[in-house]
Amino acid sequence: MTTQALPSALAEIVDDFQALSEPERLQLLLEFSEGLPELPERLTDHPELLEQVVECQSPLFLTIETEKNDGGRPAAVRLFFKAPAEAPTTRGFAGVLHEGLDGLSPEEILSVPDDMPELLGLTRAITPLRMRGMTAMLGRIKRKVAAASGVRA
Amino acid sequence: MPYPVEQNEKFAAYAHPERLVSTEWLAAAIESGAAANGDLVVVESDEDVLLYEIGHIPGAVKIDWHTDLNDEVTRDYVDGAAFAQLAASKGISRDSTVVIYGDKSNWWAAYALWVFTLFGHQDVRLLDGGRDKWLAEGRELTKDKPAPAPGNYPVVERDDAPIRAFKEDVLAHLGTGPLIDVRSPEEYTGQRTHMPAYPEEGALRGGHIPTAASVPWARAANADGTYKSREELEAIYLGEAGLSAGDDVVAYCRIGERSSHTWFALKYLLGFESVRNYDGSWTEWGNAVRVPIVKGAERGSFPVAVGV
Repeated sequence: MTTQALPSALAEIVDDFQALSEPERLQLLLEFSEGLPELPERLTDHPELLEQVVECQSPLFLTIETEKNDGGRPAAVRLFFKAPAEAPTTRGFAGVLHEGLDGLSPEEILSVPDDMPELLGLTRAITPLRMRGMTAMLGRIKRKVAAASGVRA
Repeated sequence: MPYPVEQNEKFAAYAHPERLVSTEWLAAAIESGAAANGDLVVVESDEDVLLYEIGHIPGAVKIDWHTDLNDEVTRDYVDGAAFAQLAASKGISRDSTVVIYGDKSNWWAAYALWVFTLFGHQDVRLLDGGRDKWLAEGRELTKDKPAPAPGNYPVVERDDAPIRAFKEDVLAHLGTGPLIDVRSPEEYTGQRTHMPAYPEEGALRGGHIPTAASVPWARAANADGTYKSREELEAIYLGEAGLSAGDDVVAYCRIGERSSHTWFALKYLLGFESVRNYDGSWTEWGNAVRVPIVKGAERGSFPVAVGV
């Protein structure tokens, strides 16, 4: 698998991680955790609209919304995440997926390989369990996108 | 030089009060400059590898259980040379007083303390209530990372036998001494082969080691993450679980971190001389070939009855 197969924003993030040393990668992940946007008010008031990804070791909730274009086909998928400040690693993964996938089409999101998280070069610094948490987050997003758009995952 | 031990009524009832410090005590010690001048080394050890970076107790250094304490290749802990190098780099000398705290009610802090004890570090203490209590009390946090002067730490080989049990030790222990299983009741009965939120860290078989008493780790802790009083701990471990003074006890969980929390309670708070943590735990036992397993809520017996 190469980063060429990834949507460009995600490929750029992967390239950034790969260009760094391990401590710098963790620092970058921390920056992504700080950059994760807050939920819009309509979702903070309705936590039941978010689904928990139980594979994550800290509480992580997410949902997607699809914006329709004029033709009625879904044009852009918007991603929303909620994770406590005391869970920076989980937030960092969510931040990577948000910056890399938010606003893409269902087809683009569904084309992301399931093992994309492995490309970040964090598998030594971060326990396998946590890496699986990120893989589960991506998997959940893809399943929800597939269900919402009628495109097969 | 060991730093003075905290004196208070709760700790005084424990077998080894010198192994715990309170948040008030630590805040006062830091205020007095003990961390800055190296009398006291405060260590944060978390499950979340980035938690220290978002804010930690002023002067605290970070030790990561996964990258610092575990061997990268073999499922084992680092050796004496690596530990000496790690300790020295954190400003820890052989005679330093080390206070460890962490997230999740000190699971990983207790685990780090246990690893320090494998290397025979004399004065290592746990912050009662850990990171969460410090935060709940609104105490100071900083993102400043200290750059301690290197400590002076000799290469000491680990002495595993007194406090660490391997699978073979547990097999030999069956029928001769008590075991404490600190996992959730669902893991104990075999209904689940993994922790509720950790579905991937499973095992091929569910259940528990024959004769093990089920005492989930959190039974030892109050809602604020501090350890329960000696009296309460005695009611749980001596009363309900049926341990007797002088027992040779083995505790286990899934990978050995929650059972480090219980190991600490049995060893230092209740004063059992011989307590071993089986760090292979269920991720080894539940995947091992031809080891005896009991399913259901009963402890079971050893030898396991055949044909039932």
